[in-house]
Amino acid sequence: MSSDTPLIALHGLSKTYGRGDAEVEALRDVDLRINSGEFVAMMGPSGSGKSTCMNILGCLDTPTAGQYLFQGEAVEQLSRNQRALLRRHYIGFVFQGFNLLARTSALENVELPLIYRRTPTRERHARARAALAAVGLEGREHHTPGELSGGQQQRVAIARALVTDPAVLLADEPTGNLDTQRGHEIMQLLTTLNRDQGITVIMVTHESDIAAFAKRTIHFIDGTIQHKENNGAPL
Amino acid sequence: MWLSALSLALREIRRNLLRSMLTMLGIVIGVAAVITMMTIGNGTTAKVTAQIESLGSNLLIARPGQRHRPGAREQAKSFELADAEALGRDIPNIVAASASSAQPTTAVFGNANWSTTVTGADAQFLTVRNWTVGSGRNFSSGELRAGAPVCLLGATVQRELFGQQDPIGNSIRLGKISCQVIGVLAAKGQSAMGQDQDDAILIPLRGFWRRIAGNQDVSYIYLSARTGVATDTVKRDIERLLRERRHISGDKEDDFSIIDMKEIAKTMAGTTQIMTALLGAVAAVSLIVGGIGIMNIMLVSVTERTREIGIRLAIGALEREVQRQFLVEAVVLSSVGGVIGILLAITASWFLAKALELPFMLDSTIVITAFLFSAAVGIVFGYFPARKAARLNPIEALRHE
Repeated sequence: MSSDTPLIALHGLSKTYGRGDAEVEALRDVDLRINSGEFVAMMGPSGSGKSTCMNILGCLDTPTAGQYLFQGEAVEQLSRNQRALLRRHYIGFVFQGFNLLARTSALENVELPLIYRRTPTRERHARARAALAAVGLEGREHHTPGELSGGQQQRVAIARALVTDPAVLLADEPTGNLDTQRGHEIMQLLTTLNRDQGITVIMVTHESDIAAFAKRTIHFIDGTIQHKENNGAPL
Repeated sequence: MWLSALSLALREIRRNLLRSMLTMLGIVIGVAAVITMMTIGNGTTAKVTAQIESLGSNLLIARPGQRHRPGAREQAKSFELADAEALGRDIPNIVAASASSAQPTTAVFGNANWSTTVTGADAQFLTVRNWTVGSGRNFSSGELRAGAPVCLLGATVQRELFGQQDPIGNSIRLGKISCQVIGVLAAKGQSAMGQDQDDAILIPLRGFWRRIAGNQDVSYIYLSARTGVATDTVKRDIERLLRERRHISGDKEDDFSIIDMKEIAKTMAGTTQIMTALLGAVAAVSLIVGGIGIMNIMLVSVTERTREIGIRLAIGALEREVQRQFLVEAVVLSSVGGVIGILLAITASWFLAKALELPFMLDSTIVITAFLFSAAVGIVFGYFPARKAARLNPIEALRHE
């Protein structure tokens, strides 16, 4: 990947659900470039297409039309398994509902992506512990999600997303289930990770104070991007 | 990856221990039922065979008249002592031939009387019938030659006439004659046909002829074939010789019959084997039901764990990896159920065999087959739920509450 190739580039991307009269255009002719190291917030009311866009970026869904270049490679026509491998190796997810495996220790949750990567056991333990330490959960390795607070659970989820050193971290309403203070703590963690470790973060939110943590905010309305706005920092 | 799938499956089973145990129950009962049925069935077969063999090893019985013919049975003339002697002398594959004759009678001692059968026996009788004297002594050759009024009692007769008392030396009445008890035969128990073999009194054949029957007929010839020789060839030899001696020529039917105990043993064993197979088949149906139970629970489990499957798919699990996870779980459930079933079956059939006085005959082939079958049940009935899990849409799976 040469330095001027964007991490993510969408060209004329559209996504249509349903058929005939029930047809819904979730995304319409979207163009977007996101470079490595950016911290992008995607905002918009519900139904505006931001979640659909996120799913396509995360290779969980495929576009109906248009092109999606990930690190310069066209990925919009990949098969289900190829997309799974792409997610496995390049993408980390953080969800609104944390989505940790219940009754499974924090350490085992963080190890999960490494298991699918066939990382040897010893290295897996070491990396999972390091990732938990990086999100400030040292000493909680053996707590199950039920024994952790919401904020701590989301930290485990972030550790799980980061343990594989992904090219991009996709966060879908990461603070949606947290109170303001915990939410801000999570945002500070993401900001730190972005600033100090250069991790690319793309985040969906509908709260502007959360979006304010990002360096760039993209507004979605009716399946299109309205305008791009810099939060102070130059592109 | 298989190993991690296995540890995942074990973790999942531990996590839902009660449910896992209940899921396994169907397989446990199925496997246990099949193995127990087969083990008890095999024990029964072995017992029946042993009982028939206890009548005498390689025993053939010749008796006058055809038994299994419809219509009026013509009165066939009985054998003679010379027939038995000729059979023993002229057929090399016969090691012993014993002539005997029997008649129902009432035995009386003091106030006790007992209806039984009195048998006239020669010197070979006990050997050929595989019988031994338990206490007292056998007939002496002098007594046999002279037809002395002495007798051996079967265990049942001894019990009925003497109770706890020692019969040896006492005299009992058999019809019109009195004879002295010189010994008691070792107990043989029931025959495979349910007859009490110990309900018998033996006296020397010559004495039987003179004192009880009043003729010199031989109504049974017991023949012992050489071990390792096919009894059907011996049977043919006996048939030929007897036809010759009884002047039955050309295509005329035999007027005697020969019973081959080996053949009867085979028939009886065959019958119990069929019963065993039948019971096993019925029990095997419960294995299928157990498999359906596993499928049911696995389908519930897939629905219940939709979110987990979504998470796994989102972080990069391949379809086949998710499928493998659920398949391994089903197979582990069913094979652990199989192992528990095997242990249960071994315990149950051991106790059952004791209670029914059968030999405990565990067939390792059946144990292995039952185990493999239970694992196969897991694969067959786990496949559909596993495929369902693998084909979930990750986005919808993640949204699932």
